[in-house]
Amino acid sequence: MSKFVYLVPLFPLLGFLINGLLRKNLTKSLISIVGCGSVLASLIVSVLIFSETRQSGFQAVNVNLFNFIDADRLHIPFAFQVDQLSILFLLIITGVGFLIHLYSTSYMHDEKDEHFARYFSYLNLFVFSMILLVLGSNFVIMFIGWEGVGLCSYLLIGFWFKTKEFDDAATKAFVMNRIGDVGFLIALFWMISLFGSVNFSDVFGKAQAAPASALTGITLLLLVGATGKSAQIPLYTWLPDAMAGPTPVSALIHAATMVTAGIYMIARSNILYTLAPVSQSVVAIIGVTTAFFAATIAIKQNDIKKVLAYSTVSQLGYMFLGLGVGAYTGAVFHVMTHAFFKALLFLGAGSVIHALHEQDIRKMGGLKRLLPTTHLTFLLGCLAIAGIPPFAGFFSKDEILSAAYARNPIYFVVGLITALMTAFYMFRLYATAFQGNFRGTEDQRKHIQESPSQITIPLVILAILSCIGGFLGIPDVFVRDSHLLRNFLHPVFEHSETLSQTVEVGGSRELTLIGVSVLVALVGVVYSWSRFSKNPELGEPKGFGKVLANKWYVDELYDMIIVKPVNVLGKFFDSIFDRAIIDGIVNGVGRIVQYGSRQLRLLQSGQVGAYVLMMVLGIIILFAIQIILRK
Amino acid sequence: MPINYYIFLAVALFCIGVAGVLTRRNAIIIFMCIELMLNAVNLLLVAFSKMHYKALAANQPDAGINGQIFVFFIMVVAAAEVSVGLAIIVMMYRNTHSIDVNFLNRLKH
Amino acid sequence: MSITQILFWILSIMAILGALMVVVSKSPVYSVLWLIMVFFAISGHYILLNAQFLAIVNLIVYAGAIMVLFLFVIMLMNLNADTEPQKNKWLKIAGVIAGGALLLVFVGALKNADLKSQIAEVNHGDIGLIHNLGLALFNDYVIPFEISSVLFLSAMVGAVVIGKKE
Repeated sequence: MSKFVYLVPLFPLLGFLINGLLRKNLTKSLISIVGCGSVLASLIVSVLIFSETRQSGFQAVNVNLFNFIDADRLHIPFAFQVDQLSILFLLIITGVGFLIHLYSTSYMHDEKDEHFARYFSYLNLFVFSMILLVLGSNFVIMFIGWEGVGLCSYLLIGFWFKTKEFDDAATKAFVMNRIGDVGFLIALFWMISLFGSVNFSDVFGKAQAAPASALTGITLLLLVGATGKSAQIPLYTWLPDAMAGPTPVSALIHAATMVTAGIYMIARSNILYTLAPVSQSVVAIIGVTTAFFAATIAIKQNDIKKVLAYSTVSQLGYMFLGLGVGAYTGAVFHVMTHAFFKALLFLGAGSVIHALHEQDIRKMGGLKRLLPTTHLTFLLGCLAIAGIPPFAGFFSKDEILSAAYARNPIYFVVGLITALMTAFYMFRLYATAFQGNFRGTEDQRKHIQESPSQITIPLVILAILSCIGGFLGIPDVFVRDSHLLRNFLHPVFEHSETLSQTVEVGGSRELTLIGVSVLVALVGVVYSWSRFSKNPELGEPKGFGKVLANKWYVDELYDMIIVKPVNVLGKFFDSIFDRAIIDGIVNGVGRIVQYGSRQLRLLQSGQVGAYVLMMVLGIIILFAIQIILRK
Repeated sequence: MPINYYIFLAVALFCIGVAGVLTRRNAIIIFMCIELMLNAVNLLLVAFSKMHYKALAANQPDAGINGQIFVFFIMVVAAAEVSVGLAIIVMMYRNTHSIDVNFLNRLKH
Repeated sequence: MSITQILFWILSIMAILGALMVVVSKSPVYSVLWLIMVFFAISGHYILLNAQFLAIVNLIVYAGAIMVLFLFVIMLMNLNADTEPQKNKWLKIAGVIAGGALLLVFVGALKNADLKSQIAEVNHGDIGLIHNLGLALFNDYVIPFEISSVLFLSAMVGAVVIGKKE
């Protein structure tokens, strides 16, 4: 079955082509069938491949489609690699992606046919790019997917392109991603010059013999790429702005695709990072800082999607922390559980927005009775992200935190504070929006009704996954050797694990850590529930809260130190360099040619004798040259 | 005779022909100068045809005969060319009442 | 100096003198006559080189047929008068200089050619005899020979079409 892995990206590509090319001719139901069906087909193929990879003794399979670049000694095949890591990501992408597609059929139903088709074609292309990214057997194929994802995010964030603000958000996402991509690209070239190949097997095989400084450089550059794609400090600001797109798109970007690309890339190149401890520490520090920083911002946001966006940034920080402390399995585990509950939360938020046409949580309240299904599933999602056992987030977050403790207790402490804040802001959101009394207009209240089944079914499925997803990775302290995911992913990370001597936290101490983190999360939940459910915070924030509400003024800072100088420089180059020098050269060439041809035109007398004379002169010159050259 | 003599003789005739084409404006004289150039080439070809004769004659009795055949064909073509060329000159004279090539500056347009 | 060499020099001087006079003469009729002298000189060279057939053909075709054709045209159209008032002296000078420069360049280019030891056989060899040329012409070159008849035919048709009055 692994041989047919090319079917997985093929279906979304076909869906993209059909919906994109025939967008003016298809009806909505047909578009929905094509859009969802293609991803469903991919999901089915992925599941079949997955069942094959679960068999013991499964070796990574390389499927070579064709030679992509063949230049001298550099051979880059267009090949797919099927192993445990890629198939896991495939399941997440196609599974969650399918639910989001299904959800979108209802959510986007008010769009015109043409835009509806455009939306689904973008969505399919997005899934296709992500699949390419995950399946590629070398860094170049990964980079193609990487760029495709960046493009699709641009297209989807700016889906409602008539609003200037949304366009700006799309451009911001694109530019931020480009900055990261430069890092990736340089790393790619460095790899080619160092290893002479970009195939995973070659690079990872030769990595141990490579000089440590080069490895550190490559991994740091890759990290720059990852911070762009996975929204880490300093390139995180695009992700909260990416809320401009339709809500299911946000769910797709935040949960199944795009932001997990950076995590996947680092997890894929785990050997390189294990061999470059400096980079690994940088990853961990960036991760833990981002997690903390984003959580502080999330506390004071009032837009339901903004809160979720910053929580994504924060959770991605956790994943980076996990990668940085060598808990690759934990990070991938968190990607998976996060995909479940973040997709759930976003789709839930979408359901709320769909019902109210309102994003400000201060104007919601009391939705518990009005939207029962959405409420219940959203609550489960909040519990999962807050890290309350036995929901999914608890297991994955705990694995990362205990690994962080083993590496450096400071990571653990900051992570713990972040966990507290996570629980706090998520339940602030939940309590403000769903508890208390309805604060919207009477008109809105009349129109509120629970969303249709295309929306609630994905919510329910994701809620179930959020509840049980964590049991794939039960820590050893509870039940020995029952971490299914670790056993499954073992072949991928085996090499790194033997290279780095992981310090196992002792049984009783680990239990203590788990207890502390659960306690902290509960404190956050209970405190914010009690504080916000009856009298939510409605006024404008003051003092330090205002700084947080304005996101630490990071956007303003970037604007001041980067955007404005670049604009000034651009104006300077426009007026001096472009107009005077470049235009001068271009116009000068034109003028010289014009003048020269005006003079040369006199030669065309029409008299045969003159022409013959020219010819003879030409012959003379040729012979003269020949005589001179011969000497 | 040394072949150089023939070469320089032919080149001299050829260049006189060229100078004639360049200086004269009477179409008929230009035409005659072209014939002169053709003949210079013919002379050179015949001289060359006899150049390697001694070295090759033992095995190859007709060595160099191609050169003379070539001259023969040049004469054939020249004869055909002259008949057409003179017809053109006659027609040109009928139309413009002049055979001065400088009146024929239609190439400008 | 043998008789051949003396003949060579006389014929060469005749040819060059005749050629110069062709260019210089004001009247086209004189040009034609000088050109006929050049052809005779060249035919003499052919005889020196033992190419009798070509010598005869040169006389018959060139000096005989072609030059007579020229004469007829000149006389029938009454072109003998010097119809060209030479307005542009510079073009003339430029033409002479260009021709001279061409000569210089050719001589310069060929001067050092490794041909000094090569001799064009005079008075020897019978490839120029009509017998041998005829064999070659009707064996190896029979197809070009026949095709040249088509060329003549088309030239004749062309001349008639161009030359007839509308």
